[in-house]
Amino acid sequence: MTTNGDVESAARLVSFGMRPKQLPSRDVVYGDLVRRYGEDRAFKQLTHAVAAGLGLMVLEVNLQAGAVLAATDESVFEIKMDSYARQSKIRERRETEKVLHGLVHLATAALGYPRPDDLANDTYIGRVSVEQVDAMVREACRILDERAAEAEANNDPLADAPELEQAWRAYARRPAAAATKDGRLSSDTTRGMVARALRFLADQGFLVQVSGEQGGTYRTTPRYQVQVRELAADAAFDDLLELNVVSVANGGGTLRAAASDTL
Amino acid sequence: MGLADEGLTRRLKALACTAPLHDLDARKAKLDWADATIYQMAEIALHTIDQVTVSMDFDTGADHDQVIARLLPFVALQAPGRTPDEHAKVARWVLDNLINVGTTDRGFRRVYGSIGPGGGYQRRQFDFKLLVELAAPDGEVYLRATDEAINVLVGALDTDVESAQIAAEVKLENLINRGRLADAKLAAEQARYRTVQYGETLRAKLDATRRDVRAVDWEREVPDLLDQALSHIESRFRAENAILKNITASRDETEDLDRKRRAAELVDIVGDCIRRHTRLQSRLADAGAVFRAEQDRQQFSGPPQRATIDLFGQLLMPTLGLPIAQAVAPAESFFHAGAGISPPTVPSLSSLVSLLLRPAPERDQLVGEIPEPELMPADVTDKFGDEQWRLADDLLDLPEVPRRLSGLLEEARRIDPGLPALVALRAVHAYSPEVGAALRLGERQVLLAVDDGTLLEDPEFGGADLLLSSAAVDRHEEEEEVA
Repeated sequence: MTTNGDVESAARLVSFGMRPKQLPSRDVVYGDLVRRYGEDRAFKQLTHAVAAGLGLMVLEVNLQAGAVLAATDESVFEIKMDSYARQSKIRERRETEKVLHGLVHLATAALGYPRPDDLANDTYIGRVSVEQVDAMVREACRILDERAAEAEANNDPLADAPELEQAWRAYARRPAAAATKDGRLSSDTTRGMVARALRFLADQGFLVQVSGEQGGTYRTTPRYQVQVRELAADAAFDDLLELNVVSVANGGGTLRAAASDTL
Repeated sequence: MGLADEGLTRRLKALACTAPLHDLDARKAKLDWADATIYQMAEIALHTIDQVTVSMDFDTGADHDQVIARLLPFVALQAPGRTPDEHAKVARWVLDNLINVGTTDRGFRRVYGSIGPGGGYQRRQFDFKLLVELAAPDGEVYLRATDEAINVLVGALDTDVESAQIAAEVKLENLINRGRLADAKLAAEQARYRTVQYGETLRAKLDATRRDVRAVDWEREVPDLLDQALSHIESRFRAENAILKNITASRDETEDLDRKRRAAELVDIVGDCIRRHTRLQSRLADAGAVFRAEQDRQQFSGPPQRATIDLFGQLLMPTLGLPIAQAVAPAESFFHAGAGISPPTVPSLSSLVSLLLRPAPERDQLVGEIPEPELMPADVTDKFGDEQWRLADDLLDLPEVPRRLSGLLEEARRIDPGLPALVALRAVHAYSPEVGAALRLGERQVLLAVDDGTLLEDPEFGGADLLLSSAAVDRHEEEEEVA
């Protein structure tokens, strides 16, 4: 039988989940609620119901990550890409801007969890830095460039169909850094975008800054692992499956340096 | 695609790379802060690329100010009479234009045509950069020359680096033995560019190693690479030290001043090559330590525990390969699902007050770049003075009876010899009056011109003898009425 007290506890657990930097290991009440969620089946269902009513999904509740929540479509808790990828310049096409920001987030996760094992292993802690994320995407762009060159067909983008330009070209073309008059990093550069993404993820409790080296070095949190593994990767993967451009992987992962054929 | 077409495309692209340099000379006359026609901008640009290229090394290169400082003597040579301030400004202008400051991508784009698979003509875009800005580990921004720029500068350098270098060294030794110092200098400089290119390639490899140990084949590929690089350095050391000894001797012994100077320059260049090799060698020596440290840091984990997605291979690479229009969906989905939630902020009255009273937040570390538009001075358009405008207003105020243009011109000529031109222009303008604009601006009347087929007979002007009349603007019905 559900009492008012149970509902309050379930709602409290959800509200703890909304404070991403709070951890069960540092809060007795939070820790107790997480333990109860694991043991009490009725409480678990009640928590899910409370979350669903608010427009939230419970991805996982455990002692390392706490309550990891995700917003359902059209929920008030949703973060829209449009508001994140604020357009700084009218000249650039809006879609390009969105794709670049999305790629930066994807690359951050890919560098944080380079192999499928790392994503599956609950104890794995990844490290990312602004410099590494940017360098990794640029390396991937270089590989795609070499592949394009090998294909022997001329696949420079068509001048009158900019939306058919491949995403890697847009990324490779964007400068990594640019000096501004007041010595700050320009936000239109790829490093500016990566720095913004990492700070954003840190605010969301997904990354923790370790040092300022390499433009800002961060480590991943269990929360981020859950979010990527349980939701984000699948969401993007489904889109790619629809486009029929992905293949089945083995356990080794495919993040590799290119063979040295330039020397 | 036939072979001939590819050759054409290559040549078109090579041509495009030189365009920004020609462009500088074409635009120099329009600069408003100085009469810059005296400067040879393309020369300064080549010199700039030169300076950036020679200061490139493993971690960094020269920053903007250093490059400009090195450019100044060359710029000053071209216009000794001008102030140092202007020289610096010219150097800065050339540098900014080579980076193409002010565009989002900081690069250049040329559209060229090619014959598509179906035989049709397709316009394609070729994007390239000459100088790029990169961030050093300490966060400072420095400059590097791109492959395109190096090709523009020295030409045909994208050959096999190692064999090209050996050839250049042999050539250099021969040239010195025969005393051809001018040629020897050229060869030595080319050898230095190759050294830089070689180091650049190695830098990329070491960077990849540092990013992920598992990504690099440390059993065969990297040790092979390091061995090759080390033996390369060894042989270069031997060759360059021999050359150095040779030319130092010829520098000290020769009586001819010009020869002495050239030999001294050569000594500098070869000395610089040796310094670069030393730096490359210390990098190579560190590579093993980098691997071991990274191995410790990037801990190895056990066998797969559950099936998950390979983020790099199954998400990032396929998405990068998609056209922008299609890549939006996966990119947005990943962001949407991976960004977490944001609880909406609902300020209570008490917190709202403190929110409003809070001091302004520190400015964001990131800021969009503010492009500095290059403005041309506006042409002086006031051909007619205020007095002439007033007289023309009086003449063209025709509320009652329409008048012919010929009569008005006659009258205008009597008042002021410059006036007929203004009257004629305004009459022609009135042939298609902007009624909407007049309405918005609150004008009470507009001038209307009607062509009834009569020819204008006038010593200065030709065309139709227009009938001119002022028409009142009826504000209520938002229509004009002809008086």
